Amino acid sequence: MIRRQARGRRALDLVVKGASILAALIGIAALVWILAVVLQRGAAALSGTFFTELPTPPGVPGGGLRNAILGTIYMTALAALIGIPTGILAGVYLAEHGQHSILGAAVRFASNVLMGVPSIIIGLFVYGLVVVRTGHFSGFAGTIALAIIMLPVVARTTEDMLLLVPSSLRESALALGAPRWRVTTSVVFRAAKAGLITGTLLALARVSGETAPLLFTALNSPFAVESLNEPTANLTVTIFNYAMSPYEDWQRMAWGAALLITMAVLAVTILARAILKEAKR
Amino acid sequence: MKLGAARRSGDLAFRLVTAVCAAVILMLVLGIGIELLRLAFPAIRRYGLHFAWSSTWDPARLEFGALSSIFGTLVSTAIAMVIAVPLSLVIALFLVELAPRRLARPVGYAIELLAAIPSIIYGMWGLFVLAPIMSRYVQPALGKAFGWLPLFTGPPMGIGMLTAGIILALMILPFITAVMRDVFAMVPPVLKESAYGMGATTWEVTRQVTIPYGMNGLVGASFLGLGRAVGETMAVTFVIGNRHAIEASLFSPGNSIASTLANEFTEASEPLYQSALVGLGLALFGITVMAQVAAQLWLVRLRRRLKVGR
Amino acid sequence: MCFGKLGIFGAALAVLAGVAQGVGCKGSGGSARRINGAGASFPYPLYSQWAHAYQKKHGLQINYQSIGSGGGIAQIKAGTVDFGASDEPLKLSELEAAGLTQFPLVMGGVVPVVNVPGIKAGQLKLSPELLADIYLGKVTRWDAQPIKQLNPGMSLPDKAITVVYRADGSGTTWIFTSYLSKISSAWKEKVGSGKAVKWPVGVGGKGNEGVAAYMGRLDGAIGYVEFAYALKNNIAHARLRNSAGRYVQPTIESFQAAAVNADWKAAPGFYLVLIDQPGNDSWPITGASFILVHRNQKDVAKAKAMLRFFDWCFARGQKQAEALHYVPMPDAVADLVRETWRREITAGGKPVWK
Repeated sequence: MIRRQARGRRALDLVVKGASILAALIGIAALVWILAVVLQRGAAALSGTFFTELPTPPGVPGGGLRNAILGTIYMTALAALIGIPTGILAGVYLAEHGQHSILGAAVRFASNVLMGVPSIIIGLFVYGLVVVRTGHFSGFAGTIALAIIMLPVVARTTEDMLLLVPSSLRESALALGAPRWRVTTSVVFRAAKAGLITGTLLALARVSGETAPLLFTALNSPFAVESLNEPTANLTVTIFNYAMSPYEDWQRMAWGAALLITMAVLAVTILARAILKEAKR
Repeated sequence: MKLGAARRSGDLAFRLVTAVCAAVILMLVLGIGIELLRLAFPAIRRYGLHFAWSSTWDPARLEFGALSSIFGTLVSTAIAMVIAVPLSLVIALFLVELAPRRLARPVGYAIELLAAIPSIIYGMWGLFVLAPIMSRYVQPALGKAFGWLPLFTGPPMGIGMLTAGIILALMILPFITAVMRDVFAMVPPVLKESAYGMGATTWEVTRQVTIPYGMNGLVGASFLGLGRAVGETMAVTFVIGNRHAIEASLFSPGNSIASTLANEFTEASEPLYQSALVGLGLALFGITVMAQVAAQLWLVRLRRRLKVGR
Repeated sequence: MCFGKLGIFGAALAVLAGVAQGVGCKGSGGSARRINGAGASFPYPLYSQWAHAYQKKHGLQINYQSIGSGGGIAQIKAGTVDFGASDEPLKLSELEAAGLTQFPLVMGGVVPVVNVPGIKAGQLKLSPELLADIYLGKVTRWDAQPIKQLNPGMSLPDKAITVVYRADGSGTTWIFTSYLSKISSAWKEKVGSGKAVKWPVGVGGKGNEGVAAYMGRLDGAIGYVEFAYALKNNIAHARLRNSAGRYVQPTIESFQAAAVNADWKAAPGFYLVLIDQPGNDSWPITGASFILVHRNQKDVAKAKAMLRFFDWCFARGQKQAEALHYVPMPDAVADLVRETWRREITAGGKPVWK
């Protein structure tokens, strides 16, 4: 009797173990499959003209996505310039002064909520805030939407990283007579440097792949990026438009853009994690 | 004296600057709610609560109802959860309990990379790779096997609710797995070891010790995944089929709130149309806020239990 | 360490300063640099080629966004673009209320397209009633009796029909549904005509592009697109029975035959519908695509440059149009249009077009 029971339990255990291995394999298989498809279909598109030419109408050969590449770089960089310092400072507040304050608790809760808000809703918000009031779509509006997405991510990772710095470090610096703010910027930042860089890079990787917030803010444009005060070309909305189109040359370019974005995002993510691992050592 | 005052004002200034930056986050969340309400107000005033349960979406006659979009959001999310939550559970189990350290790290890393891939890539893969497979092999097979259920009727188009649900499942899998893995790791080893010591199998330890202990965290992880799935736009828009209707079959096309917004907002010609769309966005905002609140509540409970329980 | 970070910061600022410089430069009087237009996807393949060629020759950038006729009308009314494009013409009262001038730029045909294995372009015969029944959801399989009857000898597979329609506010839809309303009272009662209607069955694509994309992906699909989309994307079109009882192919000749009786002079605001025109060779679902501009232009240089572009399209754009099977407006109509510009479009009280 007991032996039969034991066999049943062991069988169940094996089944579950098998299922979990299978599940892990499915996860990895999905990753490999997606990356393989992107690589295969995108590599064909990344020829010379892809980086140097502007888009051409469907059927006219020799087009490229020079403007979209630059547009994405500009908007992401500007968003980082706005979002990262603000996020880091907000994280500093949460870690250094906000551990037991009501504002700290409220901001922490708001950060979680904001991180969970779908990026298309943020795009809608910036549409009402900026596009409607200025009367036109613009790369600036897109930049603001991206910055809003980055903000809570940077703030929370900054808080987590700063909290990891032992208080003994802070206390010794304070004991030496340094003002509180100096302690934070010179001592604590330096100690948490790797973590802060990681958080920044991860936030960058996240927003550079975003499409929805740009749909109603920066829109898209077939022309060179001359000013952010008008609809601005970018890779992600281009992928959206081109992939849904029936034209084969546009679809090919969409895959090329997808490969570019995927490589950039994965490279930054891997770099960020490597920095963190290196620092932990 | 002067030095002290200067130092204090420097500290005060710094504290103020950081507090303002932190407050910006709070103001943004409130601002989003207010702005959405403002833009949606004409539609709310015109349609009232009727907006929530009308399934008519007629831009030509300016009759709008959110039900078809809400239905699409709920169904695609439900499919995603049904697939992703059990998968995440066993993957987390694999990563924490089963895999040798040398294997657990790269596998965990691979799952994290899945999370980093932009959602538009998922959408493209779904449209160009998964949808043809669904329409050629999977859907006909399901139709033959389960066609007597209204869930699996209709032409196997490849695009539709089922495909959208599967893509969503892939997308939320890494998030739920990451949190569940942390939850599993938080369970005190002492509890598990005593169970093993009594002769329990791995699965029995998991089912009777780990899961009940970390249940709050598992539920919280699921809510996080839910919140993510509900708001996902690009992956769903590519494959959901863009149809405003409530149909029983999983093969049928539909629309989620996010895909409706992505497809129609830039072309909404009438102010009332735009306002109705923002109304949809407001509903989505509300749903995600509630999912976040629920997730946080359960995770707080978990932390409290882990601290107090021991 | 600090210096390194500062260096990156500084470089970023420099880049952005260079970009932001453009902010000041925009809109500084003188000659126009770019014209923005938006609207119908019906003429997009042609307009984009015209814009490309014109920019090569004259340097003016024309940014035309294919967002559907509904979007085009909304944006020109809101003033967010310099010109709008729509396949559904506005009535004179609406034009006057919004202060707009309307004129036809090109004509083309809307064709039913199918994606059925074994059926090549121009093979399938459809009658108007059958087309309406398919879109009403009454005929649901490719081997159904009504289809077999019209196409004896063709091997029709046992496959479900997937109907594809336009999900966005579309002038092409207006043309197509106006036709269905005309030839089917059941359609007229149940669905009606308009830029967006409540389709009984099917999936929605965005723009002619979206429908064409679905046609390529969905086995057993039927849809309706402007003919250039069928041509460019190798989608099989069907033959349709016209009002004279003959099954005609969509070609530039059959579109021209439909347009030959059009009396543009008598049309107020150029409002004219070319559906189900008489004639043995006429294609039943023909239509014109219209441009909408404000009567009172704020920027003289911009208005002149814009009208010069459209004038070029009339005078020199025929070859590109015909290559894509669009029908260019006859010279007499182009002259009528120029007359309308002279009469209606002013800037600062003075007419823009001489």
